[in-house]
Amino acid sequence: MLSAILFSLGVIGFLIKRNLITVFMSIELMLNAVNLSFVTFAHQWHAVKGQIFVFFVMMVAAAEAAVGLAIIIAVFRARATLAVDRIDLMKL
Amino acid sequence: MHLILFFIFAALCLAGAVNLLLQTHPINSALSLIVVMTSLAVLYLLLGAEFLAAAQVIVYAGAVMVLFTFVIMLLNAGREERTLGSRAARVVGFPAVAAFLALLATVLLKAHGLGRAAMQEGVTSTDDLSAVLFTKLLLPFEVTSVLILIAILGAVALTRHGDGERSASK
Repeated sequence: MLSAILFSLGVIGFLIKRNLITVFMSIELMLNAVNLSFVTFAHQWHAVKGQIFVFFVMMVAAAEAAVGLAIIIAVFRARATLAVDRIDLMKL
Repeated sequence: MHLILFFIFAALCLAGAVNLLLQTHPINSALSLIVVMTSLAVLYLLLGAEFLAAAQVIVYAGAVMVLFTFVIMLLNAGREERTLGSRAARVVGFPAVAAFLALLATVLLKAHGLGRAAMQEGVTSTDDLSAVLFTKLLLPFEVTSVLILIAILGAVALTRHGDGERSASK
Protein backbone atom coordinates (compact mmCIF):
# COMPACT_ATOMS: atom_id res chain seq x y z
CA MET A 1 0.00 0.00 0.00
CA LEU A 2 2.79 2.38 0.93
CA SER A 3 4.51 1.35 -2.25
CA ALA A 4 1.40 2.14 -4.29
CA ILE A 5 1.14 5.58 -2.71
CA LEU A 6 4.81 6.24 -3.34
CA PHE A 7 4.48 5.14 -6.95
CA SER A 8 1.48 7.39 -7.48
CA LEU A 9 3.31 10.32 -5.94
CA GLY A 10 6.11 9.62 -8.38
CA VAL A 11 3.65 9.64 -11.28
CA ILE A 12 2.11 12.89 -10.05
CA GLY A 13 5.54 14.41 -9.79
CA PHE A 14 6.35 13.25 -13.28
CA LEU A 15 3.20 14.99 -14.50
CA ILE A 16 3.24 18.28 -12.63
CA LYS A 17 6.88 19.16 -12.22
CA ARG A 18 8.33 21.62 -14.65
CA ASN A 19 12.00 21.06 -13.96
CA LEU A 20 13.89 18.38 -15.81
CA ILE A 21 15.91 17.31 -12.77
CA THR A 22 12.84 17.06 -10.55
CA VAL A 23 11.03 14.99 -13.16
CA PHE A 24 14.03 12.68 -13.12
CA MET A 25 13.87 12.46 -9.35
CA SER A 26 10.22 11.43 -9.61
CA ILE A 27 11.30 8.55 -11.82
CA GLU A 28 13.76 7.47 -9.14
CA LEU A 29 10.92 7.65 -6.63
CA MET A 30 8.82 5.30 -8.75
CA LEU A 31 11.71 2.85 -9.02
CA ASN A 32 12.08 2.90 -5.25
CA ALA A 33 8.39 2.23 -4.78
CA VAL A 34 8.61 -0.82 -7.01
CA ASN A 35 11.65 -2.00 -5.07
CA LEU A 36 9.74 -1.72 -1.83
CA SER A 37 6.92 -3.92 -3.09
CA PHE A 38 9.48 -6.43 -4.39
CA VAL A 39 11.12 -6.66 -0.98
CA THR A 40 7.79 -6.96 0.76
CA PHE A 41 6.58 -9.83 -1.40
CA ALA A 42 9.97 -11.54 -1.21
CA HIS A 43 9.77 -11.35 2.55
CA GLN A 44 6.25 -12.67 2.65
CA TRP A 45 6.90 -15.68 0.47
CA HIS A 46 10.43 -16.26 1.80
CA ALA A 47 11.84 -16.02 -1.69
CA VAL A 48 15.38 -14.85 -2.24
CA LYS A 49 14.82 -14.14 -5.92
CA GLY A 50 12.80 -11.03 -5.18
CA GLN A 51 15.64 -9.44 -3.30
CA ILE A 52 18.04 -10.32 -6.09
CA PHE A 53 15.68 -8.66 -8.50
CA VAL A 54 15.77 -5.54 -6.35
CA PHE A 55 19.55 -5.72 -6.52
CA PHE A 56 19.42 -5.74 -10.31
CA VAL A 57 16.87 -2.91 -10.35
CA MET A 58 19.24 -0.86 -8.20
CA MET A 59 22.11 -1.50 -10.60
CA VAL A 60 20.03 -0.55 -13.62
CA ALA A 61 18.75 2.53 -11.80
CA ALA A 62 22.30 3.63 -11.09
CA ALA A 63 23.23 3.19 -14.74
CA GLU A 64 20.05 4.98 -15.78
CA ALA A 65 20.80 7.88 -13.44
CA ALA A 66 24.26 8.28 -14.92
CA VAL A 67 23.00 8.27 -18.51
CA GLY A 68 19.96 10.43 -17.73
CA LEU A 69 21.97 13.09 -15.98
CA ALA A 70 24.41 13.10 -18.88
CA ILE A 71 21.46 13.69 -21.20
CA ILE A 72 20.26 16.49 -18.94
CA ILE A 73 23.68 18.12 -19.10
CA ALA A 74 23.67 17.78 -22.89
CA VAL A 75 20.18 19.33 -23.09
CA PHE A 76 21.21 22.16 -20.82
CA ARG A 77 24.23 22.88 -22.98
CA ALA A 78 22.11 22.90 -26.11
CA ARG A 79 19.10 24.87 -24.81
CA ALA A 80 20.41 26.64 -21.68
CA THR A 81 17.22 25.84 -19.79
CA LEU A 82 15.90 23.11 -17.55
CA ALA A 83 12.20 23.87 -17.89
CA VAL A 84 10.40 21.10 -19.72
CA ASP A 85 8.00 23.63 -21.23
CA ARG A 86 10.76 25.25 -23.21
CA ILE A 87 12.25 22.04 -24.55
CA ASP A 88 9.59 21.78 -27.21
CA LEU A 89 11.52 21.13 -30.38
CA MET A 90 9.46 18.03 -31.13
CA LYS A 91 6.08 19.68 -30.56
CA LEU A 92 3.82 20.41 -33.46
CA MET B 1 8.30 -2.43 18.32
CA HIS B 2 8.48 -3.32 14.65
CA LEU B 3 5.05 -1.85 14.07
CA ILE B 4 5.97 1.45 15.68
CA LEU B 5 9.19 1.67 13.68
CA PHE B 6 7.31 0.81 10.51
CA PHE B 7 4.76 3.55 11.03
CA ILE B 8 7.37 6.14 11.95
CA PHE B 9 9.48 5.47 8.89
CA ALA B 10 6.55 5.00 6.54
CA ALA B 11 5.26 8.41 7.62
CA LEU B 12 8.73 9.87 7.15
CA CYS B 13 8.91 8.30 3.71
CA LEU B 14 5.56 9.71 2.62
CA ALA B 15 6.37 13.12 4.08
CA GLY B 16 9.61 13.17 2.13
CA ALA B 17 7.85 12.20 -1.08
CA VAL B 18 5.18 14.89 -0.65
CA ASN B 19 7.86 17.40 0.22
CA LEU B 20 9.72 16.43 -2.95
CA LEU B 21 6.68 17.45 -4.97
CA LEU B 22 5.95 20.64 -3.07
CA GLN B 23 9.42 22.16 -3.05
CA THR B 24 10.21 24.51 -5.86
CA HIS B 25 13.96 24.43 -5.60
CA PRO B 26 15.59 21.25 -7.00
CA ILE B 27 18.13 21.01 -4.21
CA ASN B 28 15.35 20.83 -1.61
CA SER B 29 13.69 18.11 -3.66
CA ALA B 30 16.97 16.20 -3.79
CA LEU B 31 17.39 16.41 -0.02
CA SER B 32 13.86 15.17 0.61
CA LEU B 33 14.52 12.34 -1.84
CA ILE B 34 17.48 11.38 0.35
CA VAL B 35 15.07 11.28 3.33
CA VAL B 36 12.75 9.00 1.35
CA MET B 37 15.56 6.64 0.40
CA THR B 38 17.04 6.43 3.87
CA SER B 39 13.69 5.66 5.46
CA LEU B 40 13.12 3.06 2.74
CA ALA B 41 16.41 1.49 3.81
CA VAL B 42 15.06 1.22 7.36
CA LEU B 43 11.89 -0.37 5.99
CA TYR B 44 14.02 -2.93 4.12
CA LEU B 45 15.79 -3.68 7.39
CA LEU B 46 12.43 -4.24 9.05
CA LEU B 47 11.54 -6.61 6.23
CA GLY B 48 14.68 -8.62 6.90
CA ALA B 49 16.61 -7.55 3.82
CA GLU B 50 19.80 -6.44 5.48
CA PHE B 51 22.00 -6.48 2.40
CA LEU B 52 19.49 -4.47 0.41
CA ALA B 53 19.23 -1.91 3.21
CA ALA B 54 22.98 -1.39 3.09
CA ALA B 55 22.94 -1.28 -0.71
CA GLN B 56 20.08 1.21 -0.64
CA VAL B 57 22.03 3.57 1.59
CA ILE B 58 25.27 3.19 -0.36
CA VAL B 59 23.94 3.15 -3.91
CA TYR B 60 20.89 5.38 -3.77
CA ALA B 61 21.35 7.72 -0.83
CA GLY B 62 25.06 7.83 -1.51
CA ALA B 63 26.07 7.54 -5.12
CA VAL B 64 22.94 8.44 -7.05
CA MET B 65 22.03 11.40 -4.89
CA VAL B 66 25.58 12.72 -4.96
CA LEU B 67 25.28 12.57 -8.73
CA PHE B 68 21.98 14.45 -8.57
CA THR B 69 23.25 17.20 -6.28
CA PHE B 70 26.40 17.44 -8.35
CA VAL B 71 24.37 18.05 -11.51
CA ILE B 72 22.09 20.53 -9.75
CA MET B 73 25.08 22.50 -8.54
CA LEU B 74 26.82 22.20 -11.90
CA LEU B 75 23.87 23.50 -13.88
CA ASN B 76 23.11 26.15 -11.25
CA ALA B 77 19.46 25.12 -11.35
CA GLY B 78 17.29 27.85 -9.95
CA ARG B 79 13.80 28.01 -8.58
CA GLU B 80 11.28 26.67 -11.04
CA GLU B 81 8.42 28.85 -12.10
CA ARG B 82 4.92 27.71 -11.28
CA THR B 83 3.17 26.84 -14.50
CA LEU B 84 0.53 24.41 -13.45
CA GLY B 85 0.75 22.20 -16.49
CA SER B 86 -1.57 22.03 -19.42
CA ARG B 87 -5.31 21.53 -19.17
CA ALA B 88 -5.02 18.08 -20.67
CA ALA B 89 -2.57 17.01 -17.97
CA ARG B 90 -4.93 18.22 -15.26
CA VAL B 91 -8.15 16.87 -16.74
CA VAL B 92 -6.86 13.47 -17.81
CA GLY B 93 -3.79 13.02 -15.65
CA PHE B 94 -5.14 13.29 -12.13
CA PRO B 95 -8.15 10.98 -12.56
CA ALA B 96 -5.83 8.52 -14.28
CA VAL B 97 -3.40 8.67 -11.37
CA ALA B 98 -6.25 8.22 -8.88
CA ALA B 99 -7.62 5.25 -10.81
CA PHE B 100 -4.16 3.73 -11.00
CA LEU B 101 -3.66 4.17 -7.27
CA ALA B 102 -6.99 2.46 -6.62
CA LEU B 103 -6.06 -0.42 -8.91
CA LEU B 104 -2.66 -0.92 -7.31
CA ALA B 105 -4.15 -0.67 -3.84
CA THR B 106 -6.77 -3.33 -4.54
CA VAL B 107 -4.19 -5.69 -6.02
CA LEU B 108 -1.78 -5.20 -3.13
CA LEU B 109 -4.43 -5.47 -0.45
CA LYS B 110 -5.89 -8.61 -1.97
CA ALA B 111 -2.52 -10.33 -1.69
CA HIS B 112 -3.23 -12.46 1.34
CA GLY B 113 -1.38 -12.07 4.57
CA LEU B 114 0.60 -9.01 3.69
CA GLY B 115 -0.42 -7.30 6.89
CA ARG B 116 1.27 -9.74 9.18
CA ALA B 117 4.18 -10.26 6.84
CA ALA B 118 5.97 -7.23 8.17
CA MET B 119 5.71 -8.45 11.74
CA GLN B 120 7.39 -11.81 11.64
CA GLU B 121 11.10 -12.34 11.96
CA GLY B 122 13.19 -13.98 9.30
CA VAL B 123 16.29 -12.24 8.06
CA THR B 124 17.56 -13.06 4.61
CA SER B 125 21.26 -13.02 5.22
CA THR B 126 23.82 -11.87 2.73
CA ASP B 127 25.06 -15.46 2.56
CA ASP B 128 21.76 -16.75 1.17
CA LEU B 129 21.54 -13.87 -1.24
CA SER B 130 25.02 -14.32 -2.63
CA ALA B 131 24.65 -18.09 -2.80
CA VAL B 132 21.80 -17.70 -5.28
CA LEU B 133 23.31 -14.68 -6.99
CA PHE B 134 26.65 -16.24 -7.79
CA THR B 135 25.45 -19.72 -8.73
CA LYS B 136 22.10 -19.62 -10.47
CA LEU B 137 22.14 -16.03 -11.61
CA LEU B 138 25.77 -15.57 -12.48
CA LEU B 139 25.12 -14.72 -16.13
CA PRO B 140 22.67 -11.85 -15.42
CA PHE B 141 25.12 -10.53 -12.86
CA GLU B 142 27.93 -10.40 -15.38
CA VAL B 143 25.65 -8.89 -18.00
CA THR B 144 24.79 -6.15 -15.51
CA SER B 145 28.45 -5.30 -15.10
CA VAL B 146 28.73 -4.90 -18.87
CA LEU B 147 25.58 -2.74 -18.78
CA ILE B 148 27.14 -0.45 -16.18
CA LEU B 149 30.29 -0.19 -18.26
CA ILE B 150 28.21 0.77 -21.30
CA ALA B 151 26.32 3.31 -19.20
CA ILE B 152 29.55 4.94 -18.05
CA LEU B 153 30.88 5.08 -21.60
CA GLY B 154 27.55 6.44 -22.82
CA ALA B 155 27.49 9.15 -20.17
CA VAL B 156 31.00 10.27 -21.07
CA ALA B 157 30.23 10.14 -24.79
CA LEU B 158 26.99 12.11 -24.36
CA THR B 159 28.55 14.96 -22.44
CA ARG B 160 31.54 15.14 -24.75
CA HIS B 161 29.33 14.99 -27.81
CA GLY B 162 27.23 17.93 -26.62
CA ASP B 163 30.34 19.99 -26.15
CA GLY B 164 31.65 19.17 -29.59
CA GLU B 165 28.34 20.05 -31.24
CA ARG B 166 28.27 23.48 -29.69
CA SER B 167 31.79 24.30 -30.71
CA ALA B 168 31.05 23.07 -34.22
CA SER B 169 27.98 25.30 -34.55
CA LYS B 170 29.87 28.41 -33.54
